[in-house]
Amino acid sequence: MRKKWFLSLLVVLLIPMLSGCNVLVLNPQGPHAETQANVIKISIITMAFILLVVYSLFIFMLTKYRASKQDPNYKPPHIEGSKVLETIWIMIPVLIVAFLSILTVRSTSDVEATPKSMQDEKPLIIYASSSNWKWHFSYPEENIETVNYVNIPAKRPVEFKLYSFNTMTSFWVPQLAGQKYAMANMVNTLHMAADHPGSYFGRNANFNGKGFANMDFEVQAMTAKEYDKWVSEVKSTAKPITKPEFDKLLKDSHVGLKTYTGTHLEFDPAPTSHQHSGGQDEPEDMEGHEGHDMSKMEHDKK
Amino acid sequence: MKEYFSRFAIENADDPMIIGAQISIALVTIGIIVGLTYFKKWGYLWRTWLTTVDHKKIGIMYILAALLMLFRGGVDALLMRAQTAIPDNGLLDAQHYNEIFTTHGVIMILFMAMPFIIGLMNVVVPLQIGARDVAFPRLNAVSFWLFFIGAMLFNISFVIGGSPDAGWTAYFPLAGNDYSHTVGMNYYAIAIQIAGIGTLMTGINFITTIMKMRAPGMTLMKMPMFTWSILITNLIIVFAFPVLTIALALMTMDRLFGTHFFSIDNGGMDMLWANLFWIWGHPEVYIVILPAFGIFSEIITTFAQRNLYGYKSMVFSMVAISALSFVVWTHHFYTMGHGVVVNGFFSITTMAIAVPTGVKIFNWLLTLWKGKIHFTVPMLYAMGFIPIFVIGGVTGVMLAMASADYQYHNTMFLVAHFHYVLIPGTVFGVLAGFTFWWPKIFGFSLSERIGKWAFWFIAISFNVTFFPLFISGLSGQARRMYTYSENAGFTIYNMISFVGALGLAFGFLLIVYNIYWSTRYAKRHLTEDPWNGRSLEWATHSPVPEYNFAIIPQVDSTEAFWDQKEHGKELFKGNIEPIHMPNNSGQPFIMSAIFFVFGFAMVFSMWIVAIISAIGIFACMWYRSFENDHGHYIPVEEIEATERKSGVIANED
Amino acid sequence: MKIDHSVPKEYATEENRLKIFGFWIFIGAEVALFGTLFATYLTLVGHTATGPTGSEIFEIGPVLIETFVLLTSSFLIGLSVHAMRLGNKKAMLTFLGLTLLLGLTFLGVEIYEFTTYVHEGAGLQTSAFTAALLTLLGTHGAHVTLGLFWGLAIIIQVSKRGITPETANKSFIFSLYWHFLDVIWIFIFSFVYLKGLM
Repeated sequence: MRKKWFLSLLVVLLIPMLSGCNVLVLNPQGPHAETQANVIKISIITMAFILLVVYSLFIFMLTKYRASKQDPNYKPPHIEGSKVLETIWIMIPVLIVAFLSILTVRSTSDVEATPKSMQDEKPLIIYASSSNWKWHFSYPEENIETVNYVNIPAKRPVEFKLYSFNTMTSFWVPQLAGQKYAMANMVNTLHMAADHPGSYFGRNANFNGKGFANMDFEVQAMTAKEYDKWVSEVKSTAKPITKPEFDKLLKDSHVGLKTYTGTHLEFDPAPTSHQHSGGQDEPEDMEGHEGHDMSKMEHDKK
Repeated sequence: MKEYFSRFAIENADDPMIIGAQISIALVTIGIIVGLTYFKKWGYLWRTWLTTVDHKKIGIMYILAALLMLFRGGVDALLMRAQTAIPDNGLLDAQHYNEIFTTHGVIMILFMAMPFIIGLMNVVVPLQIGARDVAFPRLNAVSFWLFFIGAMLFNISFVIGGSPDAGWTAYFPLAGNDYSHTVGMNYYAIAIQIAGIGTLMTGINFITTIMKMRAPGMTLMKMPMFTWSILITNLIIVFAFPVLTIALALMTMDRLFGTHFFSIDNGGMDMLWANLFWIWGHPEVYIVILPAFGIFSEIITTFAQRNLYGYKSMVFSMVAISALSFVVWTHHFYTMGHGVVVNGFFSITTMAIAVPTGVKIFNWLLTLWKGKIHFTVPMLYAMGFIPIFVIGGVTGVMLAMASADYQYHNTMFLVAHFHYVLIPGTVFGVLAGFTFWWPKIFGFSLSERIGKWAFWFIAISFNVTFFPLFISGLSGQARRMYTYSENAGFTIYNMISFVGALGLAFGFLLIVYNIYWSTRYAKRHLTEDPWNGRSLEWATHSPVPEYNFAIIPQVDSTEAFWDQKEHGKELFKGNIEPIHMPNNSGQPFIMSAIFFVFGFAMVFSMWIVAIISAIGIFACMWYRSFENDHGHYIPVEEIEATERKSGVIANED
Repeated sequence: MKIDHSVPKEYATEENRLKIFGFWIFIGAEVALFGTLFATYLTLVGHTATGPTGSEIFEIGPVLIETFVLLTSSFLIGLSVHAMRLGNKKAMLTFLGLTLLLGLTFLGVEIYEFTTYVHEGAGLQTSAFTAALLTLLGTHGAHVTLGLFWGLAIIIQVSKRGITPETANKSFIFSLYWHFLDVIWIFIFSFVYLKGLM
């Protein structure tokens, strides 16, 4: 039984260690990921305290009231309960839950908006759309498109507009922000920013079939100058994305890294954000990427 | 013709595992048929088991099925851990891995945990409330056989047609026809649907039984805590399972009839599936945990030799947990883009469940206070439960915080959390209950020595298996990934986890060995009260006679049997009278067999067979309506003879 | 089997009381079932894609007939149970038979309604809205259909065996079922048709 108590101690000790290892979530490189990492650390400490209380009581009870340590004729008393104790162990958890609730609502509100430290910057909008099993990144401002990798300027808020051409996916870059689902028929916004230039790992976190495990991508944050230089390089060297080319991209399962000028949004716009009215928008939206056609193609390719 | 039969084929039919499974299934089936014929046991099988309406026998069958499913789900788990133990492993390809984790999840929750719990409730609850059977014994049998053929239908997918592969959560559009084009997800929708009907009937049966058939003097607040947990669990079942019924029906319609409930075109809404599934799914996990809490209450009181501390709040906390369980479902998909208000609301309701759960933990700890603790095998499971489950609980609170969940969601952190509540909670609970009530049912105890070895292997290996996954999740390992690359940095955690899984497997094998060894060598009929129990089930013989109690007991406290032993309070007053018992019936089995045909036909879109078998099911119901079966009476002489043979407990004067 | 003569026959034995209680719980489950169907419908009501909306296909005429017929049938089965309690087998069977007849009429109108929808391009596969609509209505209709067969079985049993605690219990439970279907219809009338036509 002592082994379990030791385990919780381990958890508490692990926190500083984990930041050093490759534990991406606790090694944030952007303001939102940092907010989340702080929330996680606070909750670990709070939970460790609860474990400490429970484990102490537990060990005390087991060591003190073991039958082997007692008189064989001892008859345990009938103890109905205690309103005082019950009140205490209801009120304290309620307070803890209240504290964590406030923390949650505040931090959730923070990460669902432009980072506070970058409020006066204009966010860069990038559309991240998923198809089986790749990510398409459309940069409407720069009018370029990349597949399976995305470059962003560091120290600038980025708004990823997420949607899917078919299966539900989850866009996740652990060191920069939490994840959000990309779905057909609606667009989700994920706010993200990188504190420094660097390479950050990203992946789809929602299982969506055979190619799921390899559906990762690299996010490279660059200085503003490097970013602009890269954009002009793309504009001068890459081929424009055409509808036939894009349709082929949608159909193929794994396409590697690709770069284009123009974006697919011109001939295949994103779903409108709120589809409560259901039908009217859909036929046009769905033309380029009707669920049926693509799936058959994908299954023929092994 | 070939085209017609090709629908039953598996995609990679030459896979050694599939061929192996097909051969084993064929051999085992033939073996069973040959064995039954050779030993002339068909009649016995039919009379004693296939047509029984006795809650005790039905309970045994549920538990036996659950143990078999534990084996299959466990093999799935071992394969998964073996595949992910090293990066870029080639043991299982993506398709296989996807099928395996899907079947692992469905089997463990729906075909292992549920039947194990329902089996224990069947065996124990009528005894604990001093009743002779459940309110609707015939319906009880229907419940079991529907579950059984649902499980069989699900299992056969591996060798005929292909297993489901979209995860046990079956999100759309992945689970729709466009992206899961084998019949695997048809099996999912239909097998679970059929088993679910059985569970719903159990809900109705046990609520009625507990509310209406308690022994005289047993008010609600004098019921044993396990019975309370079962009452509340069945209330959840009655309100949660119909949601699943509809969700699966809509899924079936999308897949088989081209409707657009969850598709991404024609107005369909893939998010709707997620919502419906989890509106059922979250109450479901409380369905599997509350009975475990009830079992632990029984075991802790028995082996600390103390009354349960805070009985009233133990009841109210379960009521609170069950009510809250219906208003937290969105925490399963915070990342779907609901925004701060919705996510904030559900974060708060989710965290709120920690409060009544904490109340229970403290009440159990205080039940140990001033007690006299004996570390029998059931008690070891209960004592393992408290510290390990609490880790699951606190990580649950961590996950409840939406902003943090944006990082944890769908990672191995989540997987570790739910295994940390399911295994130390549900699995330890049913293993403890199984060990605890085994002697009551079979008249001999399982070996304590082997049981203790099994416990320690399982308890320690469990932590080795799952604790590293918290860290690998935070390192970026998503769930359901069939492989990962070396530079991802997940290797060490997965390798440790695999070693733990081997230990877990060994522990479970020890349990199987324990059953074999004890059946062969344990001393029989030593006592009806091996654990110095406190509630009514220990006040009758072991094994329990068909009618449970010769005289219905009269109760006036929470621990009626204990009070009889300690304070001489008389339980059985009056004379033995003829006892009315229901007759056996072959209808539940036959109707369920037709249901199997119906389900199979639906899976493969064999409409004519489906329609004919559906008519057959209704024909069974029509026949039942006209049936004039009023059961039989057991005469007093027979009761007295049985009582004498078992050692008199009931008074005869 | 102990018969309590101070209560109506359907409650007179312990088994009878258990069955009635159990059926109320079943109705609780059915509330959850139809609740889910309603929630699905209300979520998908606007998802009409290229298909028609409710206001384009709903016709108040057939709906009013269905409502009148079903509500009347509920009244009639109330009369049937009352006659049963008075021990009047003939009246009981007559009212029960009329109930089922009206139920059959309801189904007839509903089938006409469905075939009209299909002809107008509102089929099961047209859109999420039509799927949800037809499934909600269809589930209710399937329950009515099952009720017709169940009621028929009871008529046969009562005419052959008379009003016994057993047959009284079955008839009473059937009446609970039938009333429940009526309540569901009231919700359908309000939240599907009226709301759709407004």
